[in-house]
Amino acid sequence: MDMVYLGFILMLSVFLGFELISKVPSTLHTPLMSGANAISGITIVGAILAAGADLGPWATWLGAIAVFFAMVNVVGGYMVTDRMLSMFKKKDNSPKEKS
Amino acid sequence: MNPEIIGGVYIVTAAMFIYGLKRLGSPATAVGGNLISSIAMLIAVIVTMLSLEIVDYRWIAVAMVLGSIIGAVTARRVEMTGMPEMVALFNGSGGIASLLVGWAALYSPGGGFGGLSAFTMVTIVLSILIGGVTFTGSLVAWAKLSERLGSGAGAFAGQQFVSLLVLAALVVCSVVMVILPGWTGPMVSAVILLSLVLGVLAVIPIGGADMPVVISLLNSYSGLAACAAGFAINNTILIVAGALVGAAGIILTNIMCRAMNRSLSHVLFSGFTATGAATKVEGEVKPITADDAFLILEAASSVVMVPGYGMAVAQAQHVVRELGELLEANGAEVSYAIHPVAGRMPGHMNVLLAEANVPYDQLVEMEDINRRIENVDVAIVIGANDVVNPAAREDENSPIYGMPIINVDYARTVFVLKRSMASGFSGVDNPLFFGQNTRMLFGDAKASLASVIAEFKS
Repeated sequence: MDMVYLGFILMLSVFLGFELISKVPSTLHTPLMSGANAISGITIVGAILAAGADLGPWATWLGAIAVFFAMVNVVGGYMVTDRMLSMFKKKDNSPKEKS
Repeated sequence: MNPEIIGGVYIVTAAMFIYGLKRLGSPATAVGGNLISSIAMLIAVIVTMLSLEIVDYRWIAVAMVLGSIIGAVTARRVEMTGMPEMVALFNGSGGIASLLVGWAALYSPGGGFGGLSAFTMVTIVLSILIGGVTFTGSLVAWAKLSERLGSGAGAFAGQQFVSLLVLAALVVCSVVMVILPGWTGPMVSAVILLSLVLGVLAVIPIGGADMPVVISLLNSYSGLAACAAGFAINNTILIVAGALVGAAGIILTNIMCRAMNRSLSHVLFSGFTATGAATKVEGEVKPITADDAFLILEAASSVVMVPGYGMAVAQAQHVVRELGELLEANGAEVSYAIHPVAGRMPGHMNVLLAEANVPYDQLVEMEDINRRIENVDVAIVIGANDVVNPAAREDENSPIYGMPIINVDYARTVFVLKRSMASGFSGVDNPLFFGQNTRMLFGDAKASLASVIAEFKS
């Protein structure tokens, strides 16, 4: 039963992903990609479960390293996306040169 | 917190991810969309930490702090030109995280080695496999983009055979791991090792101009890896978020492929390997000085800038914008023609121009500019090479034959700003340089443009 139910979730999410992205203008492809990349850091949830659930020392280690890498992905991904997007926004109020 | 509440919160965060992605689709709402998605991530992390299963926070805390610091520092420091490398590295870290989660899932309670259902074992193998391929594949992509590895296609003799062999070994080990519990230990190591090798083999043969495709494909993989890890640990939010990213990556990959008139399988399995077959281009190059360029530009009533990665490397985007403004003040109509794969990842050029505050409405897409290119007085090619190469249109032997290009050679005059006669990232000769109406402005793009600007101001 679990398998079927998770499979349904998967199928619906994939269709949703296609729908969401297919109409995005090419201007936004890079920020979109890095934003989506940050979301793939969701694996941090699994990493936390592995690191904190006391499944034995080896699993804890694996989990902790996974938390580290996933966190780099999440924090870095969101911050860099925000940096890019703020550039797109900036130009309608102040056309000042930065460097 | 009990599992029902956690599940409920996961539903809310999934909705926030979806809404955030939707808002990322328009420039006006994108910043907010990214914020919503990051808050969703924060909520998902917090609620997971409150789960009854979590008994030990020490390692989580240490790893989180370290990861945040490194992520934040790199995100702040990276130059906009280095964005593709950065995204590749983040992809890779997402991939390895999923691999590790899959691996750790083997130690789940009630299971341990051999106690898990076949379905769970299969999903564990998948998360290790996709995660491993994503990790090393991204590292190779990063090395190629930062030119630590040659940017060309690095295929060796028998490459495809070796890849197939590795793939076959992977399948065998995975099957053994799933059906023979006693063998799980050694087989896990074998699967991990083989998937890491496969990642390298998969990206090494893909070269030069196909890089934007590879980046978006790896992006998709990192989502799929998270999704597979979600199946392995029975966690819905991983499945939903991972699948969203996976689908998004596939769409972008498809868009990139269409922009280059290449099929995905062609990119994956043959790469830019055809060399030497292309017709050798010969002819006379007509150099021009900045003074003469100024005279022509002053008389022009419509100018199109065609920026490429070379512009970004020379950090010339600011002088490009300055020249654009001067030309406009002089009464010329100025636009920027953006090829979909200019730069090294999808939409990269838009980010670079945005950094230099080039007005939005002056950016024109390839098809729109090609429709009126014959009426353009001057097209200025700044550091772009392959995306304006007429060989893509005319030379059936060229490796880039069939790729849609910006037809700058149809403009009345073309200026090409270049350091030397060297070919572009894909290593293909460019007949444009020898065209009747082409003038080469040799030297550093930034310096050349600056001297043209100085002429305008004097």
